[in-house]
Amino acid sequence: MLKINNLHASVEDKSILKGINLDVKAGEVHAIMGPNGSGKSTLASVIAGKEDYEVEKGEITLEGEDLNDLAAEERAHKGIFLSFQYPVEIPGVSVTNFMKTSINENRKAKGLEDMPAKDMLKMIREKSELLEIDRKFLSRSLNEGFSGGEKKRNEIFQMAMLEPKLAILDETDSGLDIDALRIVANGVNKLKSKDNAVVVITHYQRLLDYIVPDFVHVLYNGRIVKSGGKELAHELEEKGYDWIKEEVDA
Amino acid sequence: MSKYTEDDLREELKTKEYEYGFYTDIESETFPVGLNEDIVRAISKKKEEPQWMTDWRLEAFATWKEMKEPEWANVNYKKPDFQAISYYSAPNSKPKYDSLDEVDPELLATFEKLGISLDEQKKLSGVAMDVVVDSVSVATTFKKTLGEKGIIFMSISEAIKEHPELVKKYLGTIVPQKDNFYAALNSAVFSDGSFCYIPKGVRCPMELSTYFRINQAGTGQFERTLVIADEGSYVSYLEGCTAPSRDENQLHAAVVELIALDDAEIKYSTVQNWYPGNAEGKGGVYNFVTKRGLCETNSKISWTQVETGSAVTWKYPSCVLKGDNSVGEFYSIAVTNNYQQADTGTKMIHLGKNTKSTIISKGISAGKSQNSYRGLVQISSRAENARNFSQCDSLLMGNECGAHTFPYIEVKNKTAQIEHEATTSKIGEDQIFYCNQRGIDTEKAIALIVNGFSKEVLNKLPMEFAVEAQKLLEISLEGSVG
Repeated sequence: MLKINNLHASVEDKSILKGINLDVKAGEVHAIMGPNGSGKSTLASVIAGKEDYEVEKGEITLEGEDLNDLAAEERAHKGIFLSFQYPVEIPGVSVTNFMKTSINENRKAKGLEDMPAKDMLKMIREKSELLEIDRKFLSRSLNEGFSGGEKKRNEIFQMAMLEPKLAILDETDSGLDIDALRIVANGVNKLKSKDNAVVVITHYQRLLDYIVPDFVHVLYNGRIVKSGGKELAHELEEKGYDWIKEEVDA
Repeated sequence: MSKYTEDDLREELKTKEYEYGFYTDIESETFPVGLNEDIVRAISKKKEEPQWMTDWRLEAFATWKEMKEPEWANVNYKKPDFQAISYYSAPNSKPKYDSLDEVDPELLATFEKLGISLDEQKKLSGVAMDVVVDSVSVATTFKKTLGEKGIIFMSISEAIKEHPELVKKYLGTIVPQKDNFYAALNSAVFSDGSFCYIPKGVRCPMELSTYFRINQAGTGQFERTLVIADEGSYVSYLEGCTAPSRDENQLHAAVVELIALDDAEIKYSTVQNWYPGNAEGKGGVYNFVTKRGLCETNSKISWTQVETGSAVTWKYPSCVLKGDNSVGEFYSIAVTNNYQQADTGTKMIHLGKNTKSTIISKGISAGKSQNSYRGLVQISSRAENARNFSQCDSLLMGNECGAHTFPYIEVKNKTAQIEHEATTSKIGEDQIFYCNQRGIDTEKAIALIVNGFSKEVLNKLPMEFAVEAQKLLEISLEGSVG
């Protein structure tokens, strides 16, 4: 589904990604771990098409299609979803209104009519139940005054509404207490299918107890320096990242 | 990766033509340019006005001659040459029409381009239209329905002839002839406008609406509006306008007077989209307007305005809260783009006891524009327990525009409670990217963010107007981001 080949990317002439290779197939869950500043969030932003980042070399393809020339919204239309580490506030725009706009813009890109209000409401009801979201919450301004947990839950709610092919969860566990973590992870697990894929970016192993990865990759200094199964995550939890750094820097 | 930079956006914005920039050629009768006593007399004569009206105009003209154009507003423009303007122009079609079939087809086509076909309006919305094209009303509908309730809704010229006692009693009582330079000018030469009277205890069954439109090259437009809500009555009045594009500056100096007698309520909503000039700041309408309302005991006046047009705007819809327990409200969205300049706000004059006022002002600046809020909250010594809440929010797009706030507060009674909140924000690239990532393109994202920012005010507009206003905001800001 997602293939990344020798990806080099920089921001303001500072090289951050230095040759990433990644192959995510449909039905798989990949975890990307690594110490702070290793380039995890940059990788997420580059896949999503954030303009601040310059792709210098290499390519990213989704189902064989090169993403390089596509704007962020076009990538979204192709089925890429990014759950933000720091979701922004949009005052005066309710969660429902935002979702309605998002869904209909995605449909428009596919040549479909707007979703009928009845279907939209039904979908909102189902997905908000899935994530144990109080529906009053949906009429609040997007992320304005939301707690950390509410923001993250709202991100996963949006993911549920948009049903992406590839979901990238950027530090979704940060700022979540254990109950919220369970709800969010539960939501992600229910949305998983053989046709979509999930990339979980996390600093800690904690989230991976709930969203169990098929593969774990360690990102360090702009490169994937180690890959393995879910046991790698446990190893990192026990030993920290220093041994990896030593291995690489040696 | 396809980059859509701020420069691209700016370029796109520059090339955007004024959506309603077309010009209708209707045979017109236009006065020679210039202003003197003879012209004032001629306007009055043309309109077959009684002597008292002619005298009133002449008195205003005499005052105006002695006055100076104000310079305190935060705007820069080349002052109009008042002797180079023609002060009267009427569509050639003299008689009033019973049906749309009789109206000049070209005029109807103009309305269709604006999306306000009278036909549609008549059928769909239950809105009575007193359409002002240039200076003379050419079509009035729903008069009969209103007539049954005793509501008078007609052009001010007609009202001067048919209801002289009401006009004489109230005209100039809220905005006197000598109030300010533009009000004096308007009093001398006003061409037409609307008159509305709601009798005691009557709730006006429909939104009253007037579309104003400047339609004649080089003709200043001087509208005069007088709305009187008698005791215990209610009326919602909508005013909207768009103007054709042209090169020379056009002067618009309207006066609106509202009178809410005891227990009455007036809602006055405006969507203003006069031609703002081109991307280089050439042309565009000068909009120097005096709007003021008087509240008697237990009455309420709400001003709601969405200002997207004009090269220069100078406008402060105000409330004089004379009666005890009266309420004044001002809800405003002012958008400026390119080289537009707006200096707008309100005055809330608290004279009565327990008077309350609310001010919500949303300024949106883009391009190289300057957007100023100027507001006065005045509590007089006998206004016990007066309350005011003011909120002024500014949204900036790009690095070349400006937002300014000039709040004036004068309190002479220590029981007053005044609150003032102000925020300034910028549409962030992070917000845009967040929307992009959800499949929403940049144009749509800006529209969404701006609508969210403006929501509190948009919600105050009557439904059909809110939709139109929302569209107008999108059109005005397409392609601007910071």
